Amino acid sequence: MRTADLVQAIAAYDGKPLTIMEVCGTHTAAISECGIPSLLPSTIRLISGPGCPVCVTVSAYIDRLIQLATSPNTCVVSFGDVLRVKGSSGDLRSTKGARVEMVYTPFRALELAESDPYTTFVFAAVGFETTAPLYALLVEQIIARGIDNLKLLTALKTMPAVIRTLCQEDNTGGNACTADFFSTIDGFIAPGHVATVTGSALFGELAQEVGKPFAVAGFTAPSLLAAILALAGSAGRAEVYNFYPSAVTAEGNLEALAKVDRYFEPCNAAWRGLGTIPHSGLRLREAFAHLDAGSDALTADHIPAGCHCGQVIAGKCAPANCPMFGKACTPESPIGACMVSMEGACYHHYINDRR
Amino acid sequence: MKITLAEGAGGVSTARLISEVFAKHFQNPILAGMEDAAVLPTESFSQIALTTDSFVVTPLFFKGGDIGRLAVAGTVNDLLMRGATPRYLTAAFIIETGTDTDTLEKIARSMAETAKEAGVLIVAGDTKVVEGDGQVFINTTGVGFVPAGVEISASRAEVGDVVLLSGTLGDHHAALLSARMGIENAVESDAAPLTAMVQELLSAGIRLHAMRDVTRGGLGTVLTEIAEASGVQIELEEESLPLTPAVKSFCGLLGLSPLYMGNEGKLIALLPAEEAERAIEIVRSSPYGKNAAIIGTVAAGDGVILRTPLGGRRKIGPLVGEGLPRIC
Repeated sequence: MRTADLVQAIAAYDGKPLTIMEVCGTHTAAISECGIPSLLPSTIRLISGPGCPVCVTVSAYIDRLIQLATSPNTCVVSFGDVLRVKGSSGDLRSTKGARVEMVYTPFRALELAESDPYTTFVFAAVGFETTAPLYALLVEQIIARGIDNLKLLTALKTMPAVIRTLCQEDNTGGNACTADFFSTIDGFIAPGHVATVTGSALFGELAQEVGKPFAVAGFTAPSLLAAILALAGSAGRAEVYNFYPSAVTAEGNLEALAKVDRYFEPCNAAWRGLGTIPHSGLRLREAFAHLDAGSDALTADHIPAGCHCGQVIAGKCAPANCPMFGKACTPESPIGACMVSMEGACYHHYINDRR
Repeated sequence: MKITLAEGAGGVSTARLISEVFAKHFQNPILAGMEDAAVLPTESFSQIALTTDSFVVTPLFFKGGDIGRLAVAGTVNDLLMRGATPRYLTAAFIIETGTDTDTLEKIARSMAETAKEAGVLIVAGDTKVVEGDGQVFINTTGVGFVPAGVEISASRAEVGDVVLLSGTLGDHHAALLSARMGIENAVESDAAPLTAMVQELLSAGIRLHAMRDVTRGGLGTVLTEIAEASGVQIELEEESLPLTPAVKSFCGLLGLSPLYMGNEGKLIALLPAEEAERAIEIVRSSPYGKNAAIIGTVAAGDGVILRTPLGGRRKIGPLVGEGLPRIC
């Protein structure tokens, strides 16, 4: 179907009101950038889910990073987004005396560690299945090069379990910040990058289990529109559609999965606003535990008073319904993580005036 | 030779630095007097335009330019955006110890070449030396004359105007980031004085309502300011925004938006739709304007709206924060 026809077909949707969750943060960004919300009929509502890695990171993790960055002879190495996320008191960037290096690839940490053997470098390994293979390669290189002053502080999340949690009735129904908002999610745009690694079959099984349709989408407008149209036309059938066939196979990237499995094992993980979810994360295997900088038991989830990030991540609250949105909390001085990240729901709703 | 605090003491070493590096390249009769102040003829204009800008760029030299070219072009372009004819610049240097005189000479030569191209004289200057590590900071102040009848202002955009962009977005910003991150690519800074482009538009009698150079903050910020100052809505067509393939892929890689990346040799002009065709022809045939495009229109309302290739609409605000690259 041509793109214009997809736009028309979606605009002509006359079925029951639908709430579709885009799980992945990169989808949130792509949907805003393509202007898709302005093309949807009033009966189709897109909400952002728990797929922005920094948004779902709990405060205890940030606190630990700050503690490390202010320890003698220790330097935290991180991607940019993480620097501005608040822990229970402050963020990494504005903490006095915190030693932090911002990088664009984890492999830069190898060079940093080799060039300064008297400093212990700690990589802030935040991410989903998409980024985990990179961290596996980083660990492989640390071992191969015999580097003993580079460790990882992990907050790695994995996909299916959190969606299961969202689908549990009592979780999506209760304590929503407006009474009529998002009582159920009718279908999911499954994360494209994650599916590249995990395969689409994973979401097929999940569809069966939770009784809702999933559409794997890429990051272009036609792929996202096709996913929305398929979900709208699915009449709630518990199926998986793949609109990203150029990158996503049913079984996934077996090589990447094997690499991750070699160094990491599944674990319980703490999600901002959602609590600890069994088997929803990855940690270094016992044999590599010496490379871990204290990632265990970082579960405390301090959310600033009045911040609705937890409900926003779960799709229970539209960003604009948070009382701080656009007032106390803006991208210039963010309070919640969802306003920090360029893939965060609040950031995009604010920047693009998305409704 | 490395600069020491002696070169900033105001004595013989300072005089030697000025005469052997700066005056040598900036030579003109007004500067040659080495007086405490330059005395300038007012010509026949009744209005002067005055602007100042400081340049603190790292690295000092990058693909497509250097801090010297930036320091001249940046200030000249600011004068041009008000319709002024740029005439005179001052140049003040804050030089850290450890800077090589060869580096200073390269910067001075580049400033002299850019000033010549831009049609301005550097008529006054200052040098200070501070302790440091070889960094150089430059402030330039520019004076221009505004011809009678020329009234260009961010508050003068009108409903029915079109938005002309003089070339590709993001080149300077992407070139600097590439240099800082050690990324090898084909991106080059676009730092350039736009004197010829603007003067040709003015002498052709194009009714320019508002002009801005697209520098820090990028197109999104600049257009938001114009929309606010003029009380209008600006609607952009995403498909018509010119981008080089190299900048496009660089932005994709780092998750940066070209809408918020700075240029140093591009302008936007808001002018009546009926003059669009003539204006674009003039800009395209002028230096640095070959990729110019009409990128949007002005309507009643407020803010800046981007129409996506899908036909979707989204609001474009000013740059917020510093645009940290995304995580994945």
